[in-house]
Amino acid sequence: MITLEAINKTYEVGGAPLHALQQINLDIKDAEYLAITGPSGSGKSTLLNMIGLLDRPDQGRYLLDGVATETLNEESRARLRRQKIGFIFQAFHLVPRLTAYENIELPLMLAEHSRAVRREQVNQVLDQVGLLSHCQQRPGQLSGGQMQRIAIARAIVMRPQILLADEPTGNLDHRSGEDIVELLESLNQQGMTVLMVTHNPELAQRATRKLTLVDGIIVGDEHLTSPKQ
Amino acid sequence: MKLQDRLLFNWQVLNRHPLRTSLLLLTIALGVASVIMLTSLGEGARRYVDREFSALGNQLLVILPGKTETTGAAPPIYGTSPRDLTLEDAQTLSTISSVSKIAPIIAGTARVEYHSFAREVITIGSNADFFPIRNISVALGRKLPEDAGEKASPVCVLGARLKQELFGNSNPLNQWLRIGDRRYRVIGVLKERGESLGLDLRDMVVIPVRSAEMLFDSPGLFRILVELDHPDSLEYTKAKIRTLISRRHEGEDDITLISQDSMVSTFNQVLTSLTAAVGGVAAISLLVAGILIMNISLISVSQRRLEIGLLKAMGASAADVRWLFLGESLMLTASGALLGVIAGETIIAVALRLIPNFPFAVPLWAELAAVLTALISGLVFSWLPASRAAQLDPVEALRGAG
Repeated sequence: MITLEAINKTYEVGGAPLHALQQINLDIKDAEYLAITGPSGSGKSTLLNMIGLLDRPDQGRYLLDGVATETLNEESRARLRRQKIGFIFQAFHLVPRLTAYENIELPLMLAEHSRAVRREQVNQVLDQVGLLSHCQQRPGQLSGGQMQRIAIARAIVMRPQILLADEPTGNLDHRSGEDIVELLESLNQQGMTVLMVTHNPELAQRATRKLTLVDGIIVGDEHLTSPKQ
Repeated sequence: MKLQDRLLFNWQVLNRHPLRTSLLLLTIALGVASVIMLTSLGEGARRYVDREFSALGNQLLVILPGKTETTGAAPPIYGTSPRDLTLEDAQTLSTISSVSKIAPIIAGTARVEYHSFAREVITIGSNADFFPIRNISVALGRKLPEDAGEKASPVCVLGARLKQELFGNSNPLNQWLRIGDRRYRVIGVLKERGESLGLDLRDMVVIPVRSAEMLFDSPGLFRILVELDHPDSLEYTKAKIRTLISRRHEGEDDITLISQDSMVSTFNQVLTSLTAAVGGVAAISLLVAGILIMNISLISVSQRRLEIGLLKAMGASAADVRWLFLGESLMLTASGALLGVIAGETIIAVALRLIPNFPFAVPLWAELAAVLTALISGLVFSWLPASRAAQLDPVEALRGAG
């Protein structure tokens, strides 16, 4: 359960204030599939980072499962991120020196899980994204689609409630992008809340709810019926 | 993050950047090894001097004529004396219960002649106790007779080189030679031992002290060597000697007493501080290695911005990130220091084989200090880069922008 109340965020850009988010009010229920669209600089990523606890609001409240997060210290916010949130990025952000397996293992290491537990979980998600046979390869040896699958496996290995995807198909060709979206949708069907920032209207149309931002203000909030369902 | 996972993570970083890792290891190892090698030189010198002194026997007291108020510096060799120390003074000392041996010494140079060979050498006049006190033994014949302290007999003991120069390989025993204007019979040859306290034992001749008195025509002793029967009696003996001599010198305390202990401890102090100073200079190279680590870490932090942002997004706290970077540098310096210790010890072991006479040795404190300095410099100099990494804003880091 995500509740945003009157969230404001302002950045200094070249000495002038930029209102990245203005008076954002938003409720997201568990297992929702939400697409966030809008032109460049409309505050989509800022909203995603805010929900992902990477950014703090200047004003307003953000309740995550009923916990007021804006007053928590950095350690507690890090712990919440670890337990409840998975991130997927446009540029995959895999650590190049680590193998696919080791990349996926990182969140489990941060959460201090034992080796045996890590092995089991990592192999399970590798199987889930269909790349079990590639576990010893480095990112440089994988295709874009495969890298994004590894990144998704890393994001879901802690079984988070919320999956935040920032343009997950932006660096991929159409076919790989399609695969990734299907993977995200299947995760959503298993009960994970999926928030996806995208430029692609076709992709946004597949979500069950579409949010449109312009200049940091929510200008559209449609509930859709996915053509798939 | 658990410790073993942090170590694994650090290991992965170091292992997968082999060039960077080996260069940094090399600088740290060089620093530690140079501290170890340089201090081993200083410590070796200290042990060398120590060994020289202890070769003299355990409890030695040297009495010099004249009062010289010096402390700490090298022993004054020629005290200016208003009143000579005499053989009679030396004989009185035998009444002190804690004195086991007394060797009065008259020293000078004299011309020694045998057939057509002649040499100017140091001539020592002393008694039979001189040999055990200075820890010298004879290779051939015998030492001075027991009554050499009282009787002027025309006998002499030659240093090994002097014997070789005068007699070659033929037997010198019972041959007569000339020292100054008198004739002496050779009764012994000293064992080869080289230098001892600046006196070349190979190139001298020893004669009875009474004969030396006549030879140099002087009743004044150069010094008196006293050996104690027990090290604890040093202070007692010193006081006793002063009273006895001043009673004989009309109440004036005009002698200088130097104990072997004070000489050794003076040298020890000087050489230990020298060792520390040399070690300190070498430790500067560890500082340089530390600065290099800081540079490389700063570069590494800016190259790994994305990774740091990612770690934070995945729930790493600022402390986690800081420790990942500090741990990396600690792991690096610890391995470098270990390599340096191994390298330094190996080189010293080789040096000991090549130069067996010089007792190279690494003092434990130097080894610990070198390793500790390396670790501290690794920690201190990676603190700034690690803090930068810890404070990095994940949003900015992930955006990839500067």
